[in-house]
Amino acid sequence: MPTQKNDTAGGYQRQGSLEIDADLMVRLLRQMVLIRRFEEASAQMYGLRKIGGFCHLYIGQEAVAVGAIATLDLTKDYVLTAYRDHGHALACGMDPGVCMAELYGKITGCSRGKGGSMHLFDVAHHMYGGNGIVGGHIPVATGVGLKIRMKKEDGVVLCFFGDGAIHQGAFHESLNLAKVWKLPVVYICENNQYGMGTDYRRVSAVHDLSLHGVSYNIPGKQVDGMNVLAVYAAVHEAVARARQESEPTLLEAKTYRYKGHSMSDPGKYRTKEEVEEYRRQDPILILQRHMLEQRVGDEKLFNAIDEDVKQIVRDAITFAEQSPAPGLETIYEDIYA
Amino acid sequence: MPVISYREAVRQALDEEMARDENVFIMGEEVGEYNGAYKVTQGLLDKYGPERVRDTPITEEGFAGIGIGAAMVGMRPVVEFMTFNFAFMAIDQIINNAAKMRHMSGGQIALPIVFRGPNGPAEYLSSQHSQACQTFYVHCPGLQVVAPSTPYDAKGLLKTAIRGNNPVIFLEAELMYSWQGEVPTEEYLIPFGQAAVRREGNDVTLIGYGKPMKLVENAAALLAEEGVEAEVIDLRSLRPLDEQAVYRSVRKTNRCVIVDESWPVCSVASYVGWLVSKNCFDVLDAPVECVTSEDVPMPYNHALELAVQPSVEKIVSAARRVLYKE
Repeated sequence: MPTQKNDTAGGYQRQGSLEIDADLMVRLLRQMVLIRRFEEASAQMYGLRKIGGFCHLYIGQEAVAVGAIATLDLTKDYVLTAYRDHGHALACGMDPGVCMAELYGKITGCSRGKGGSMHLFDVAHHMYGGNGIVGGHIPVATGVGLKIRMKKEDGVVLCFFGDGAIHQGAFHESLNLAKVWKLPVVYICENNQYGMGTDYRRVSAVHDLSLHGVSYNIPGKQVDGMNVLAVYAAVHEAVARARQESEPTLLEAKTYRYKGHSMSDPGKYRTKEEVEEYRRQDPILILQRHMLEQRVGDEKLFNAIDEDVKQIVRDAITFAEQSPAPGLETIYEDIYA
Repeated sequence: MPVISYREAVRQALDEEMARDENVFIMGEEVGEYNGAYKVTQGLLDKYGPERVRDTPITEEGFAGIGIGAAMVGMRPVVEFMTFNFAFMAIDQIINNAAKMRHMSGGQIALPIVFRGPNGPAEYLSSQHSQACQTFYVHCPGLQVVAPSTPYDAKGLLKTAIRGNNPVIFLEAELMYSWQGEVPTEEYLIPFGQAAVRREGNDVTLIGYGKPMKLVENAAALLAEEGVEAEVIDLRSLRPLDEQAVYRSVRKTNRCVIVDESWPVCSVASYVGWLVSKNCFDVLDAPVECVTSEDVPMPYNHALELAVQPSVEKIVSAARRVLYKE
């Protein structure tokens, strides 16, 4: 896994000319811990059959969504992702209770219990799904970029997808048009190394997936997806290019999911040792270590964040538990405008 | 009233709606500099520029999805497919994204997008370029599907489609573009879900939509010569479907023939046939008849391709059967 060399100075993390201050680090840590605890609770509730269907957990990949989305202004920027979407929704600011209620299929969920785990939408926070077909949302995200361009706005779109999506025609058709039409879209491939049970190296002609930008004259870059500050810096740069020059970028965030593809996948295609090795490179631990070194955080702060977040997740579960189920009369609602 | 072509009627609707709302834009293959594969968009590039009349590469899935994304955030794209045969490359975008986005977001998103282009059998094209694709879309909740059979309907329905807030499949036909018809100069819109009675009669109801309507009307004229007064219903809109117009007519005539140029299995014809059988059972004097395409891919040979499709003779024969004259 590539690691980015970072210069440090004083209480700051330097990524090139970009300064990342203590407040931002605390915010990033807090969001990653929230997603981690939320996902652990999701797994528990899935085990209790409170949540059904396909439930794809984001544990291990938190640094990607958190670091990337932290660079945005969601009053004018947009986020679209695939079905492993809990982390992105929370990072965009979706209320954890509303999010958990959707996983429970309750009427108070973001999609009124019609979308479930794979289809989280929060239009108020410019989070446009939560899309279940591998690669199918990449043209859609590109279309949001087209609207920004046509309306001469200065927003950008972050389009997240997995390594499994990068060989779909939809991805290649989108990159081609994003370049031809100069669209402000940052394509972020979260390479967690397994498309369901298939090691990406078995099905990818090139193993550096950022090279896929080359055919479309789009800059491509690999980034350490376990290091939230590295993700933040890389996406910050790509977002600036999109915003100022209306040029797309492809980023490959090298990451790892600790759990199976979904809750029903025991993940037997990976060794225990491999999973353990990545757990030692945990994105939360990496940031905490860095904050300790930089003296912008200590165990007391980390514990306080964790306790605070645990309470938020407990409240989210209580909200989901106590929310009513959708009435049968809602079946015919939300189909036509 | 001016008489114009179907092609011109569609073009006028596009032109008027683009002038009316700057969020309306066109994209597709050859829509701009080439002025449209079937010249439907002729002159629009000169008038509105390349931002709003957008030539695409041959990437149906890509530009259909891009249209969906733009519509999701407030644009009103009109996506032209050179034919609906090629839209199968984009059908995941249409079925899984356009039709579902509002539903799976719990009503947070509206998708004002029109997918339009020629559909149905043409001539000498064999099976990949000459097929009726409507059933795939009519099947899917979340979409609206219209199939105008006249220049008047094409203009009025397309304007409604563009102003609406739902994804619309707008079905034209290569062989219809040169058809002529009266279209008023003053503005009008035709609401979805309203069938048209093309001819009144008491003896048998003939139901159709889209290109075969001409066959249906010709069949009705032939039947009149032998003393059979057929009532002709043009569905115009397949989803939503004007069921009541169908029932009103069948309750008057007690006999029903449905004409559909798509394959018979799970088609608009078979669905309307089921509705009529269920809701007009007590008044039917004969089983419902369907005149559809034969259940085969389209052959290239002209005699064979004509034999595969509905014809005036087949419609007349079906009408005679429900009247027990054959």
